[in-house]
Amino acid sequence: MNNAPGKENTPLAQAPTLSVGPSPHMVSRDLSTRRMMADVIIALLPVIVVSFYIFRWFAIYHLLLAVITCVSVEALSMRLLRRPPTIQDGSAVVTGLIFALSLPGTAPWYVNLIGAAAGIFLGKVVFGGLGQNIFNPAMVGRAFVMIAFPAAMGASGYVSQSTGVDILTSATPLTALKQMGQGTSLMHLLMGDTNGSLGETSALACLVGGFYLCARGTASWRIPAGVLLAVTIISSAAYLIHPTPHWTPLHHLSAGALLLGAFFIATDPVTSPVTRKGRWTFGIGIGTLVMLIRYLSGYPEGVMFSVLLMNSAAPLVDRLTVPLPLGGSPGKRKP
Amino acid sequence: MSSGSPIRVLPTPPRVVVPLRQHIGAPPEPVAGPKTLVSFGQKLGECRAFVSAPVHSPLSGTVERHTTLTLPTGIRTVAVPVSASGDNLSGRALLDEILGGDWDYERIKDVDPDEIAARVQDAGIVGLGGATFPTHVKLISAREKGVELLIVNGCECEPYLTADHRMMLEAARAVLCGALLAARACGGAGIAVAVEDNKLDAVRALEREAAGTGIRVVTVKTKYPMGGERELVPAVTGRLIPSGGLPLDVGVVVINVGTAAAIARAVLRGGALTHRVVTVTGAVHQPGNLLAPIGAACRDLLDFCGGIKPDAARIVAGGPMMGFALADLDTPLTKGTSGLVVLRREDVEREAETECIRCARCVDVCPTGLVPTKIALAARNELWDRAEKLHASDCIECGCCAYVCPARIPLVQLIKVAKARLAEIRRTAAERP
Repeated sequence: MNNAPGKENTPLAQAPTLSVGPSPHMVSRDLSTRRMMADVIIALLPVIVVSFYIFRWFAIYHLLLAVITCVSVEALSMRLLRRPPTIQDGSAVVTGLIFALSLPGTAPWYVNLIGAAAGIFLGKVVFGGLGQNIFNPAMVGRAFVMIAFPAAMGASGYVSQSTGVDILTSATPLTALKQMGQGTSLMHLLMGDTNGSLGETSALACLVGGFYLCARGTASWRIPAGVLLAVTIISSAAYLIHPTPHWTPLHHLSAGALLLGAFFIATDPVTSPVTRKGRWTFGIGIGTLVMLIRYLSGYPEGVMFSVLLMNSAAPLVDRLTVPLPLGGSPGKRKP
Repeated sequence: MSSGSPIRVLPTPPRVVVPLRQHIGAPPEPVAGPKTLVSFGQKLGECRAFVSAPVHSPLSGTVERHTTLTLPTGIRTVAVPVSASGDNLSGRALLDEILGGDWDYERIKDVDPDEIAARVQDAGIVGLGGATFPTHVKLISAREKGVELLIVNGCECEPYLTADHRMMLEAARAVLCGALLAARACGGAGIAVAVEDNKLDAVRALEREAAGTGIRVVTVKTKYPMGGERELVPAVTGRLIPSGGLPLDVGVVVINVGTAAAIARAVLRGGALTHRVVTVTGAVHQPGNLLAPIGAACRDLLDFCGGIKPDAARIVAGGPMMGFALADLDTPLTKGTSGLVVLRREDVEREAETECIRCARCVDVCPTGLVPTKIALAARNELWDRAEKLHASDCIECGCCAYVCPARIPLVQLIKVAKARLAEIRRTAAERP
């Protein structure tokens, strides 16, 4: 108002401008959507490092390709839709990383490209972008290529550390179990020097990253807890009825994509319920479906389908698990 | 920031503007016309309705022409300006009159329990924690329904505020006297003073004064919004207040420490509620706790505290979580103003709102156990019946959801809209035969 020369230093010009607005007048600076996405990337680092070690250049080029594809497709879509750009929130990077980590190292480049693009476009953009999608975009992309290129999606080889052979072709632990009844030692499952998707082989790396994610509160601990609880109970019951010394409940917990799925895929907040009971239900549902698929279907592993199925149930779960307010009584129904 | 600074007395301002409607309930009518001389503690407004409270002049002086003003809460009210003249108590003498001096527990036994509520009403006492519900109504209904426990709420209602803390340290005996009187008025309830565990000095001060009175001092966790009745009563007694109910429903009545001290003064010294302790904090040069006359301009308080700093961006009456932003520095202090918090630019600046990613932080922090994000979405889409099914009306408006939201969604603001709309719908439904 008072911009006349020489007036800048008068008390009036220095007086602060006061504003009004509704309460609360302060917000927490600790957290933002970007910060949460950064947390997921930090938590994925152990998994990524192990995948670099086990799968070498396969891991590097798949991760790079998927991230670049996801970010470009999202940027391009928003441009074409004339929407404000959204890539700065970091969610496309997370989708790219998780999609790549769910691919076998031997998948051809076009499978990665098509899957990543389908995940972002069909899994996220068509629903209206971040926050609106029903299904986990990375799993949508993976389901897309799983159906389009079933042969290319079988994990067929990894870089062996012990033999010095460039690529060691072998079945994944779960395929070996399903088709040949072969077990894999727990130590291998823990450290990750087995075949499988890029990010799933090391149980230890998934646990380290997963605990970080839960400790930060970025992932709800109730979801992985529900998954692990269901898998433990079902596999223990099965083990008691029909003991298989080479494949114990601990093998079930640490093999396949279970830990990667429980901590990183199922915990995608957008596609999981928001209520406490809902999150338990969601986790237990995924764990149960995984075990049903592992025991009863033709597939050796079922994390992807389980997550997608429970994603579709999440809104219903939320609706059925609206908590009672403090002091509310279950008998009292509001008109 | 201001918990270490003792209560200072605001020098008598040359003029106060006393709003008549400062409480929940019927607005009082002015009883002192322009140009009349009023003395300290004389009534300026009064109302016959049961749920109402009179207001009194905080100083001796001359009444000026009545005005109308809008308080930060949005309430429009008639206000009575009084310009000071003649002798007015100030400084130490005023502090002694209101909070200090001798408080004799022995005299409480001689007070007729039936008279306490009447004196409280006459003194214009309302809940000083900020809710401003007339205290005599609380005491009388407590007596009718019968309560077992009177909780004196020594938890600050919001972060930054230290007025209650200082009150417990410097006027513990007045607070306990008021508690004994209030319990007597309720028909002999037990007394517990609840203090947050970050104010152990206040706990010690209260325990020293409570010796031999049977009053319990209870420490509760320091966690906003512990000062809310719905959190405090379960923390102290383990009993949950039913949804839509009051502490009375579980045999408890809650009063704030400032209210308790005001009751002691009203009953034992015949003094009306004319002053209160206010925390002035944030971006001011000398934050502190002031004993100030009700009706003083906020500007007077801020000036006494050294004025606002250059980076001040918003002045809030009450606390940063639930308080009301001042649009005018001449806004008068009311009975419910527990603090003036001056926020800096960096405190109030907001990033742009982004989409909800359903992270459920709001669900995790909600002290009432609601699902704020879904209620806010329902409010945005004007789906009032869905908001109702999500128990929107149970929200206590503490603001924790909007505070933590990483997407910066105005959650509590939207829920307040839903609450207001639902209340309106209920009203029209009740009116229809």
